[in-house]
Amino acid sequence: MSQNHEHHHDHHQESFISKYIFSMDHKMIAKQYLITGMIMAVVAALISLLFRLQLGWPDQTFPWLESLLGDWGKGGRLDPNFYLALVTMHGTLMVFFVLTAGLSGTFSNLLIPFQIGARDMASPFMNMLSYWLFFLSSVIMLVSLFVESGPAAAGWTIYPPLSALPQAVPGSGLGMTLWLVSMTLFIASSLMGSLNYITTILNMRTVGMKMTRLPLTIWAFLTTSILGVLSFPVLLAAAVLLIFDRSFGTSFYLSDIFIAGEALNRQGGSPILFQHLFWFLGHPEVYIVLMPALGITSEVVATNARKPIFGYRAMIGSLLGISFLSFIVWGHHMFVTGMNPFLGNVFMILTLVIAVPSAVKTFNYLATLWKGNLKFTPAMLFAIGLVSLFISGGLTGIWLGNAALDINLHDTYFVVAHFHLVMGSASMFGMLAGVYHWYPKMFGKMMNAKLGYLHFWLTFAAVYLVFFPMHFMGLDGVPRRYYNFTGFEYMSEWMDLNRFISVSAILGSAAQLIFIWNFFYSIRKGKDAPVNPWNSNTLEWTTPVERIHGNWPGEIPHVHRWPYDYSRPGAPEDFIPQTVKDDELPEELRSPKVKPVPERADAPAETVVDKVLFSRFLNLFGLKKA
Amino acid sequence: MEAAVPQPSVVKKRQKLHPKEFLMWAFLVSVFMIFAGFTSGYIVRRADGNWLEFVLPTGFLWSTIVVLLSSISMQWAVNMARKDNLDKVKIGVVLTILLGIGFIFAQFNAYNQLVNMGLFLVGNPSSSFLYIITGMHALHIVSAIIVLFVIFANVFQYKVHSKSMLGIRLASIFWHFLGALWVYLYVFFLIMN
Repeated sequence: MSQNHEHHHDHHQESFISKYIFSMDHKMIAKQYLITGMIMAVVAALISLLFRLQLGWPDQTFPWLESLLGDWGKGGRLDPNFYLALVTMHGTLMVFFVLTAGLSGTFSNLLIPFQIGARDMASPFMNMLSYWLFFLSSVIMLVSLFVESGPAAAGWTIYPPLSALPQAVPGSGLGMTLWLVSMTLFIASSLMGSLNYITTILNMRTVGMKMTRLPLTIWAFLTTSILGVLSFPVLLAAAVLLIFDRSFGTSFYLSDIFIAGEALNRQGGSPILFQHLFWFLGHPEVYIVLMPALGITSEVVATNARKPIFGYRAMIGSLLGISFLSFIVWGHHMFVTGMNPFLGNVFMILTLVIAVPSAVKTFNYLATLWKGNLKFTPAMLFAIGLVSLFISGGLTGIWLGNAALDINLHDTYFVVAHFHLVMGSASMFGMLAGVYHWYPKMFGKMMNAKLGYLHFWLTFAAVYLVFFPMHFMGLDGVPRRYYNFTGFEYMSEWMDLNRFISVSAILGSAAQLIFIWNFFYSIRKGKDAPVNPWNSNTLEWTTPVERIHGNWPGEIPHVHRWPYDYSRPGAPEDFIPQTVKDDELPEELRSPKVKPVPERADAPAETVVDKVLFSRFLNLFGLKKA
Repeated sequence: MEAAVPQPSVVKKRQKLHPKEFLMWAFLVSVFMIFAGFTSGYIVRRADGNWLEFVLPTGFLWSTIVVLLSSISMQWAVNMARKDNLDKVKIGVVLTILLGIGFIFAQFNAYNQLVNMGLFLVGNPSSSFLYIITGMHALHIVSAIIVLFVIFANVFQYKVHSKSMLGIRLASIFWHFLGALWVYLYVFFLIMN
């Protein structure tokens, strides 16, 4: 029966609108997310170039700025208020629109139904709604760039009072209102997406796809979505209170406050309250951004090292550990708010504990690469690049997690360097790895690998050239968010380095043009992709290249093994797809991987069971091969 | 509207819980997190001092009673749907809608009492919090009432019966959740004031 139904589906003619615009097909929605995310990334990158120009050449005038920005670039110099707005918009666009929606939205949508063996999401309609809410919120956020008083200027963390008083700075006016409207839609979109992803993963897996046979990408999307469902509503709560403070005169975040010498009619509020609520989202948000990239890396690294991922269960355990810990460490963003030192210690210890699951992941990647039969595809390079950035950015996290050090380093370029490496660039590398790896699945074409290598090396070099020197500026106490440093004698020695960073940023951004050209050119002119270009085990490579509605023309394949059976000795090829049945394989290659309890007449039953349980316990942490 | 074509043998085996029902529970978790955010903000802010203490108006007790009654009528409607007694389902759903509207009025009445006590939305955060938290809850009740209207219309089209329980069951889960949420909020405010 299902065969007939499918047959009908194959020849079903869809209108342009239902196929490309209001599509409910997860593959199309993934592409919509990707393209929107790329547009937002380009805007955010251009914005960063504008303020890098200001930081690199603070005394120079650029007449073209005036023709581009009008009053915001009067006399060819960037307006200080607009500089703050640009920094805010760069952060907002990158964190939420590119690395949350663009990354999670693209790959969760593309891979969840494909890799678990489902026809589509649990609710395709909600999935479509999720994209269009995201689209609407993107449009509103971009529109705020064009309002007369400029976009929001309180930083991407929108701390009150700058965000709570419309009269505070120009960007606190209409720009801030639009920011809040846009983010409210964004939260709704993100919640719908996350709820859908969780439901699909837990309920729609094909026969044999146990939770312990899921590819690590899916595990990462699952934990990411759980974080989203638990943390974004809290941001919504914070935003509601902020809206009431802004528009209806309440005083949640505003205590007695003077503006332009005049006392405002506010009483009893606390700006710190907003920081608590914001960072309760904000810290999980860091992992919402990072974990999908880590999941993609697991998959890409294992496939291209032609080796089983090292410590599969430890990888899952560390994802769960990071997710849990991410909810109880928000205070480390607030060490300098005058928090109780005892509380600071608690947050510090919990923060440093995160190093453990993160190190587990890092070492598992390295162990997977170790003595692998490495295939250096562009995706693989970006995945290895992620591991590199994750290490160099993660190490500084240990510094910043220490309250005593953070008091010195807070709000300096050290922090900027830290999160751009570990969260910004690493996640971006994960996203690019994913695009290179699953491009054949998305478009049925191959991207040009040579351009991919060029893109990788230029980007990799640029990222380190831009962000690594910032550590030293931060150690010297150069504060972030400053419009220029010419007025401070002790910072003048950093002027040349600032210029160097700006040049690197311009070159790094230009390198992305290679990627964009490669991406769009290959859609039309790329080589046709084979069904399984990377000889991968996971289910998405068993679907036809033509990408039909419902994913598989016949029945959904059943799953008989975990996804990482690469280079098993004795196997005919160096990969055994998840769909291969055990009886098609020689004895030693069969699942299940955990052996049954051995029968030993002479040993008491408990010892045998204990031994097996202990070995399974070790196995859980990847310490012992089953 | 669903584009997914479930495979009978595959899907039935693993689904103990309908995916939509799971989706509803996950959604309720996220709704609960909004209020968890509000109430923990309340606790943090209260601990800061400069906090106006007042006695919770009696009006909120009435709304608690109304919301508990509405849960009973909602459950009754579900039970009747299970027995295919559609006339009683209609009565049950209408009763629930009326009690829901009654709840909104009871909240309004409580707001009036607050205003008479001189506690406004604008002022010390202790009263602002009360207005906004209860207001957000009332907004959810309004959305649940809209859902119930849809269910009511579906009963007339014979879309709700013992073999098609999903819609009304989801609505009842949502409704009971909002009732329980209100009881939580009420007890929370009682303890805090």
